[in-house]
Amino acid sequence: MSEQPGTDPATAPGARPHAQPATRRRVLALLPAVVALAVAALFPLGANSNQGDMSIAVFVLIYMASVSAWNIFSGYSGYLALGHAVFFGSGAYAIALMARDWHVPAGWSTVALLPLCGVVAGLIAIPVGLVALRTRRHTFVVVTIAIFFIFQTLATNLAFTGGTGGIQLPYLSWLVSVYNERFYYIALVLVVLTVALSWAVRRSRFGLQLMAIRDDEDRARGMGVRTLRVKLSAFVLSAIPVGIAGGIYAYFLGSIYPAGSGSAFDPLFDIALALMGFLGGIGTISGPLLGALVLEALQEKLTQTFSTDGLYLIIYGALFLVVILLMPRGIVPTVAGRLRQWREQRSGRTPEPAAGVAGVAR
Amino acid sequence: MSFDALVEAIIDGVLTGGVYALMAAGLSLIFGVMDIINIAQGAMVILGAYLSYVLSVHLGIDLFLGLLITVPAMFGLGVLLEWGFMRRLREADRTSMSILITYAFAIIIEGVLTLLFGTDYDELNAPYINSSVHILNFYLPDIYLFGFLMAVVLLGGLYVMFFRTKFGRGLRASLQNRTAADLIGVNVNRTRMLAVGIGVGVTGAGGMVYGATTAFNPDSGYDLISRLLAIVILGGMGSIGGAMASAVLLLIAADIVAVAWEPTWSILVFFAAILLVLSFRPQGLFGARAVRAQ
Repeated sequence: MSEQPGTDPATAPGARPHAQPATRRRVLALLPAVVALAVAALFPLGANSNQGDMSIAVFVLIYMASVSAWNIFSGYSGYLALGHAVFFGSGAYAIALMARDWHVPAGWSTVALLPLCGVVAGLIAIPVGLVALRTRRHTFVVVTIAIFFIFQTLATNLAFTGGTGGIQLPYLSWLVSVYNERFYYIALVLVVLTVALSWAVRRSRFGLQLMAIRDDEDRARGMGVRTLRVKLSAFVLSAIPVGIAGGIYAYFLGSIYPAGSGSAFDPLFDIALALMGFLGGIGTISGPLLGALVLEALQEKLTQTFSTDGLYLIIYGALFLVVILLMPRGIVPTVAGRLRQWREQRSGRTPEPAAGVAGVAR
Repeated sequence: MSFDALVEAIIDGVLTGGVYALMAAGLSLIFGVMDIINIAQGAMVILGAYLSYVLSVHLGIDLFLGLLITVPAMFGLGVLLEWGFMRRLREADRTSMSILITYAFAIIIEGVLTLLFGTDYDELNAPYINSSVHILNFYLPDIYLFGFLMAVVLLGGLYVMFFRTKFGRGLRASLQNRTAADLIGVNVNRTRMLAVGIGVGVTGAGGMVYGATTAFNPDSGYDLISRLLAIVILGGMGSIGGAMASAVLLLIAADIVAVAWEPTWSILVFFAAILLVLSFRPQGLFGARAVRAQ
């Protein structure tokens, strides 16, 4: 898929006269997406006998949606946010609290609360963004981490959140055979919506402004981009799907805790989003999806296979180092660069070796 | 809250602040020199604690004497980190890539430690860990006193190295402007490699004192890293004195909150302080460099 910013031939000014091939190319570019969606939609039929794999698949989809959403802010604006677990946790707590305090019966009526989780996360993102976006670079990274820990501490210590014991969600009486499958499709809907949002942002003037900020914020401001407003909008937009993903996660597990591994507010979630984004290729649309698919599936599978004796951590960390060293830009941009080089060589042109790859990066 | 409790909280804060400063100094140094965030700092502290643990339990070497072995070992790890990975990153995306690489280091360290020692908590033992000095109404644990003294000596040493030696001058030069430093004959790569090595080595010493004052297991590092980052950001990146001052300030504040209110809220002090300070001084309390360039 050709999704590098600024390289889409269909939107370039000179593309008008060749409208016919451009349209065909656009349809062709959509083909992998359609195939991927079809495979994803049919996956449960193939894996239905194996509930372990199905539950891994649900986690993978939850991460896919979260990383795609994170990428809308961090990928396009270049600001590395390491605190999106704030929104994940807020969404998880939102669904648990709403279900508990409003006495919502278990089942589809609780699922209907999910959009509200997104609203809660979006509302929380406004003050968080206003504070954090005053800073840049490392300081921004650390401020987002700090805000994350403030939320975790609040969730642990406030009275209405149930303290360290967390909250149980209403018991869901779906049969084991459909439980994973239903959550799978719920999460898949979120993934599709998030990717559509990411795609829409990338194609818009708003997306261009974000990428201008990534390239040179001061210059972007000089050109008339209202930087704070743009950054904050992207921050809030990226928080909403993460909040919904947190809601799905909480309901899927049936209970939530404020701290510890697998909890609603897990610092590893913050890191995982960044890892998956960079592994796949930050700032692209398919990169985060690929990163989430590879890393989350790998981690769950390694954990299942090697239990908790530490070996899986070593394998995971070492593999990760190797990938970073071999593909510092992430999988999608690296492969896209290689493909383009190969195509140019085949068509007889001799490309400058560096330019072929560098043209893809930004 | 009684006056005595307040004084005790302050004394505790100063002493534990020294330990935290020792752990944060390496982070600050690497931050300042390389422009990278070492997410593995917490894991490296714990690694230092386990190295001391092995030496004292299996070979019967005294904890402080053992530092003569563990600190050089940690220095080697730092050199490997810089030479093997950091050096290969492009300047443009060094910050973000360094987070990924050091995170990978952190989980590998955690994995190795889990494989070797399991997930149970361990503690360091020595005669001076459970003894204390009695002054007026207060008991000062010996290990905290020793740890604090060592922190002052080591951080003072770093300070002298930074500001009074040729190596330090080269370091500061390559920190300010890599190209210019290159041009005037500073071997930037070697200087950075040694600086990261020294940063990680000092972290090993911090890990020993941490292990002597707190029970630890292989994943204790994650708890630590957020606090250490708070200290470094508050003190200003790359400022050793800033790390010391902000560590002491934060630990005193946290202790007072713990005594006057509830221990569970004391962690909040770290993060509330960062937000407050950075809202008014984005470069930290003692940081001089502008951080406005994205």
